Amino acid sequence: MAKVLMKGNEVIAETAIKAGCKGYFGYPITPQSELIAYMAKRLPEEGGIFLQAESEVAAINMVYGASCAGVRVMTSSSSPGISLKQEGISYLVGSELPSVIVNIMRGGPGLGSIQPSQADYFQATKGGGHGDYKIPTYAPANLQEIVDLTYLAFDIADIYLTPVYILGDGMLGQMMEPVEFGTREERALPPKNWATTGTRGDGPPKIINSLRLDPADLEAHNEHLQAKYREIEEKETLYEEYMTEDADYIIVAFGIVSRIARTAISRARAEGLKVGMIRPITLWPFPVKPFVDTRDKVKAYLTVEMSAGQMVEDVRLAVNGAKPVHFYGRLGGIVPTHENILQKLREIAGGVN
Amino acid sequence: MAMEVVFKKTKGLTDTPNTYCPGCTHGIIHRLVGEALEDLDIIEDSVGVAPVGCSVLAYDFFNCDMTQAAHGRAPAVATGLKRVLPPDRIVFTYQGDGDLASIGIAEIIHAAARGENITVIFVNNAIYGMTGGQMAPTSLIGQKTQTSPLGRAADNQGYPIKMSEMLATLDGATYIERVSMHDLVSINRAKRAIKKAFENQKLGKGFSFVEVLSTCPTNWGYDPFESMKWLKENMIPVFPLGVYKDKKEDE
Repeated sequence: MAKVLMKGNEVIAETAIKAGCKGYFGYPITPQSELIAYMAKRLPEEGGIFLQAESEVAAINMVYGASCAGVRVMTSSSSPGISLKQEGISYLVGSELPSVIVNIMRGGPGLGSIQPSQADYFQATKGGGHGDYKIPTYAPANLQEIVDLTYLAFDIADIYLTPVYILGDGMLGQMMEPVEFGTREERALPPKNWATTGTRGDGPPKIINSLRLDPADLEAHNEHLQAKYREIEEKETLYEEYMTEDADYIIVAFGIVSRIARTAISRARAEGLKVGMIRPITLWPFPVKPFVDTRDKVKAYLTVEMSAGQMVEDVRLAVNGAKPVHFYGRLGGIVPTHENILQKLREIAGGVN
Repeated sequence: MAMEVVFKKTKGLTDTPNTYCPGCTHGIIHRLVGEALEDLDIIEDSVGVAPVGCSVLAYDFFNCDMTQAAHGRAPAVATGLKRVLPPDRIVFTYQGDGDLASIGIAEIIHAAARGENITVIFVNNAIYGMTGGQMAPTSLIGQKTQTSPLGRAADNQGYPIKMSEMLATLDGATYIERVSMHDLVSINRAKRAIKKAFENQKLGKGFSFVEVLSTCPTNWGYDPFESMKWLKENMIPVFPLGVYKDKKEDE
């Protein structure tokens, strides 16, 4: 199949359709608006349902309803809208309903800005709504990876009966790159025999519910969810190591920042600084292994984020005090430059300006 | 002598004993919904959406596939279900006044405006029951509740919301009727309205909404008999019964 040139938001939408998404419910918000517009045009052509909801709150609950019916379903939004969806996401978790939720992050808090940001890392990886839960969170770094991870997100949702995040930023959503949709191998999927589609021909009534008034029952349900999260951590953690073999310093970055870090790494190496990178592809489950593998060999880590320092907390947990973990972040929708990162590397290495 | 069966529980309800207070009319309304499902032979085609509130456990009582929605969001959940299910499936919500007229008012208005082909049973007893008797969006002026201990005052807490009148203004709504549980004649009228609201969906006619005036002896502080009287004398003047909209084919 030939490569096509598309915008990041459109790549997510087209991949979702190719992955068999049959329902999209959303609400307009910058910088993900191309996604909803693409779905409005394309999804009905493929026999799916597109509906613009009255709010983000309604949209996520329409996702809940469509997921109850057993179809592949998604919504997309940007940071303030994702905050509004948190109630519904907690219910999706509690009722164990699969769905894919795209967050094209923008600067916050509050209305913030429409510029790219990574400041929703905590919200995505630490729960977000009420109750004890985690959401598998994929952080693509380029448009081809969006294709691979969007396909995967729908499979993971169906296998583990959970909402799944695709966490991008405004830059990734807006940029254009050539992509190839190709053919994919769908994972083995369990039957959706829990779906509420009417009982005609399939036995006694089914109930989809997150209410468990008996504390012992609710504790057992929570233990079941936690066991599922341990399994996801064990089987589904993804990351990339880049030039870490001989590295004295390791940059930790995800998404668009990891691409800027690559340039900083080649410039640093030209100056004689041996720098590599660990790039988490799943933000939850967070990849601990590459840190365990490298923390006795390197001198220090440098986490770079478009936030005041969120992923850096997970990096510190993974490094567990073995080596210094430095941080460089830009806020408010400002994207760090490779010069910024290089300067910070020089400081850490004790070099001269 | 052989016994003759003169009355049976509808197949539209399960055998699970309901959890409603003595004298509460939720039980009657459940039965009317169950009978409508049975009469129209749609028990096996139906998916119900339970709300948050006294009827949160409705998923245990209706004998069809059920899902449970977040507070007020049942019309959005029903929309998601109805839009992706095969067209012969029936989707209904069963919601109270706090759920539908307060926290979920956006969801019900937009479901009606879109003309979603769903059936909504709206139980209005002018109070929050499950949480212990707080003021509802439909509480009457002067009505004393936990959160309006001096009585609802228009200049402080505003006026009760008349959902049937409001939804009837929307072009998308097909059928809107307000009925009551206060006597047998009214209950029979309610049975016909509820059946029609499901029949409309089966025929693809669009958004059908039945508001059922109901009692809450526990939180009103009256016995069941006095509650029926209070409903008739105080609620009906504010919430007049009748058909507010019945869109014909050519409209």
